[in-house]
Amino acid sequence: MLDSVTFYIFATLAVVSGILVVTRRNVVHSAIFLATALLATAGIFLTLHAEFLFIVQIIVYTGGITVLYVFVIMLVNLDVALHQVQFNRQWLVALLLTVVLGAQVVAALALSRGTLYNMPPAPVTQLEPNTEQVAWGLFHTYMLPFEVVSVLLLVAMIGAVVMSKKRV
Amino acid sequence: MVPIGHYLFLSAALLGIGIVGVVTRRNVIIILMSVELILNAVNINLIAFSRLVGSVEGQIFALFIITDAAAEAAVGLGIIIAFFRNRETVLADEMDILKW
Repeated sequence: MLDSVTFYIFATLAVVSGILVVTRRNVVHSAIFLATALLATAGIFLTLHAEFLFIVQIIVYTGGITVLYVFVIMLVNLDVALHQVQFNRQWLVALLLTVVLGAQVVAALALSRGTLYNMPPAPVTQLEPNTEQVAWGLFHTYMLPFEVVSVLLLVAMIGAVVMSKKRV
Repeated sequence: MVPIGHYLFLSAALLGIGIVGVVTRRNVIIILMSVELILNAVNINLIAFSRLVGSVEGQIFALFIITDAAAEAAVGLGIIIAFFRNRETVLADEMDILKW
């Protein structure tokens, strides 16, 4: 009972702030609603018993990426862009894409209704020492992807420094 | 646990909002924010299935996706700053110097 109430609260929060991210005129408001949407997603992770990812989501997304966005908004002077037209004339393409996507999701759920809906969730204890299990998988089974991701982070770091240098 | 379909609907809704943002907005910063929403939708899917199956591997892949989102945000915002320094614009349809 409590589980589903928390889920619906966080889901509504995520969807509403997602819509506000896309529709606000002021970019700073969009960044703040992006932070709200990411925090609501973190809450949804908590209802799914992914405690480690809950903390990582808050630290990396809300504490890191959103602050990065706010800094860039400060650096880029947006007073001119604020008074220009905010949307381009592609709402037909967007409508088509979302209708196709929605039809796909509905069709997939309808087709798998017998199997997927009735599948009992695994017992919670199976994910129980969450951080330990994530660490074991990360440093044992997925060691090579982990190293590749660290190289990716290094490349991104160098790329960000080179991009924002004064003279390239 | 809430039925898995509700998580999938939430994820599809966030994905749709993100796609609408990417396609219809002109401001590049908001386009990047919409990409973040899309990556979040993917993460919700992965973790919901990880909970349903009782295996931690979905969470590990979600961790990789979070890393990728951080890298993408850093490089993308660096590109935006470099472009703004040269052309004084943040609107996507005015970024046409590669168009012939």
